[in-house]
Amino acid sequence: MNQATTLAGDAAGIGLTGTNRSSTIGADAAGIGLASMWVGFIAFAVAALLGFYQVIERIDLIPELKSPELYFGSVSTHGVLMAFVLTTFLVMGYGYYTATTSLKQELWNKPLAWFGFWLAVIGVLLAAVPLLTGNASVLYTFYPPLMAHPAFYIGATLLVVGSWVWCLEMVMMMTTWKKAHPGETVPLAMYGTTANAILWFITSLGVASEVLFQLIPWSLGIIDTVDVGLARTLFSWTLHAIVYFWLFPAYIALYTLLPKAAGGRLFSDQMGRVAFILLLVFSVPIGFHHLYMDPFQAAGWKFLHMMGTFMVAVPTLITGFTIIASLEIAGKLRGGKGLFGWIAALPWGNPMVLAALLALLMLTFGGFGGMINASYAMNTMVHNTQWVTGHFHLIFGGTTVIMYFAIAYTLWPKMTGRQLYSTGMAVKQLWLWFIGMLILTLPWHQLGLAGQPRRISSTPYDESFVQAWLPAESAMIVGGAILFISALMLVYNLFRTHGNAQAEASLEVEYAEPLHAIQRMPHLMNSFGFWVLLVIVYMVASYGYPIAQFFLMDTYGTVPWSI
Amino acid sequence: MFADPLKSICEDPLERGWIWISLILAFFMAGMLGFYAVSNNINPPSNVETIDSSRLHLTEEFAEDNLGVTTNADGSLTVTLVAARYGFYPPVIEVPVDTPVIFRMASADVLHGVHVPFTNMTTMVVPGYISEVRTSFPRSGEYSLLCNEYCGLGHDSMWSRLVVTEKSSAGETS
Repeated sequence: MNQATTLAGDAAGIGLTGTNRSSTIGADAAGIGLASMWVGFIAFAVAALLGFYQVIERIDLIPELKSPELYFGSVSTHGVLMAFVLTTFLVMGYGYYTATTSLKQELWNKPLAWFGFWLAVIGVLLAAVPLLTGNASVLYTFYPPLMAHPAFYIGATLLVVGSWVWCLEMVMMMTTWKKAHPGETVPLAMYGTTANAILWFITSLGVASEVLFQLIPWSLGIIDTVDVGLARTLFSWTLHAIVYFWLFPAYIALYTLLPKAAGGRLFSDQMGRVAFILLLVFSVPIGFHHLYMDPFQAAGWKFLHMMGTFMVAVPTLITGFTIIASLEIAGKLRGGKGLFGWIAALPWGNPMVLAALLALLMLTFGGFGGMINASYAMNTMVHNTQWVTGHFHLIFGGTTVIMYFAIAYTLWPKMTGRQLYSTGMAVKQLWLWFIGMLILTLPWHQLGLAGQPRRISSTPYDESFVQAWLPAESAMIVGGAILFISALMLVYNLFRTHGNAQAEASLEVEYAEPLHAIQRMPHLMNSFGFWVLLVIVYMVASYGYPIAQFFLMDTYGTVPWSI
Repeated sequence: MFADPLKSICEDPLERGWIWISLILAFFMAGMLGFYAVSNNINPPSNVETIDSSRLHLTEEFAEDNLGVTTNADGSLTVTLVAARYGFYPPVIEVPVDTPVIFRMASADVLHGVHVPFTNMTTMVVPGYISEVRTSFPRSGEYSLLCNEYCGLGHDSMWSRLVVTEKSSAGETS
């Protein structure tokens, strides 16, 4: 039987069949939750296969495999599937389900939500055609003046517009809930989800402007040239905060699902809100750390963005404290003694707890590297080397995606009404992902320091380089293979859960309770109006002139180039 | 006694302490980078200067005959380079050790990047703009100049040579 076809059919049909639903209100979003997350995980499995092919191709081990056409087509598809499709669909599915279950309220507008979902699916299918036929090998960062087929840009736009529907739904759900519950505190899970919806809307305006005003008219021949400097500046607006859009679900799960799974309480509800607000305020106006090495922006602007880049580390440091403190509470409640005894007392066999622990470890490693990338001066040594690829695979592929797995393992039983097919397999899968990710990414850091550029399909360089790179390059094949096996285990486990005979006892999602009951939440930590205003002011200050300058000086556009 | 301004948002003294540590850490790191940026002039290449990439050959600076190494009045060197698929022109550059070098680069087609591994010579080369890097090379030897930004299917093979010669031979070339 062709499993891929079955899975695709499953994803398409799941929202419409709607069996196994309980009467709880949360089930209202189970259909769209499952459908969205399935689209995400199918994209993920395909991308993991491509990733495995890429590590083999890149080392020139099998000369027959060597093909830059195939490799760069594959890298572009891998990036789009992992960074745009997996993330956007997981965020939407998890968001819809979180909103209905945490607010105990129906979807604001169910037909509209499905409309957004299908719009995004059509966008992905439209973009897939040029991607898979090698007509959009411009990498997921677009890279004008390389020009892809217009269908690629239009498809990407539909995906983003579909996700804007989700943003609207989240904001409306929080607003209507607050109207119906005056004076009450918005549940932390929903507060974080809404913060992410607002963050994503503001963030995506950068790339949306680039695509709508520059790339689509240019690829259709309506305009002849694009200003690459302006295009890169607009993309940088999106490029940093998008990673927080991806990371948000991971943090929301750490704050609101992990403490109960570990058998404890959330150390502080309020600090979760502070972290979410700081992420919202500081993650968008700092995109120039992606342009440190570019001409066309003056050093002072880059320095301003660097200050914000360091500030955005603060919510992550706060999160680290709160989550570890929450785990310590759980470990001590479970009988753990002493300074470190509570770590051993944690339920390591629980997928959510295990994933969180591994995620925190990878976040620590990745965070060190991130500080170097963020440093205006030190970044010079690693810019565009394989170090960077190692860094974001640790933070995104590691920390973020492993939490996506944990979210799936926790919510699949609630959404399908069936127990998880195999918890043992889930635990093994998470360990394999962690080990594979370390074997893949630690050597990549070393390769970067040894001068290897990222985004190459082979190594036709000076022999001294190639010899020095060989051991680390060999290791990455092992890492890629382990990750691919782990990806298949995830998809298999989730797929089999649908047919599990054992029903899940309770379909209620258990959200964390804070250590100290909330007395009265300050208005600023229960709303977003002021913070959105602050982001707008900060954005005008940090992006206003850098964008305006392209209209104030004489610039020269660039004609399209094929790959 | 000085009142902790964080007290209004955070009740736990341990957590307040941690937030202070986080804030101090962030400001300290950014402050150090700011200090070196100002005192030692360590900044990333940030030249805001436009050029028509489709007419490089018609400009004086990037015309084919004018590419390569020239010596300035103050003893520093200017290296004028064109990045075009799939090479850097001229393909071999020779500069003396411990001498200030100003690289001026322009792209004739798409986005490129340049990195000389084990040195801090790196910049993006963006069509429509001139990139400028000011550096010097403290160790002599043969270096590779690698394109480090995806520029098309032949990107991997886009690299050339940079030779850093001993000071003695520098006298002969200049």
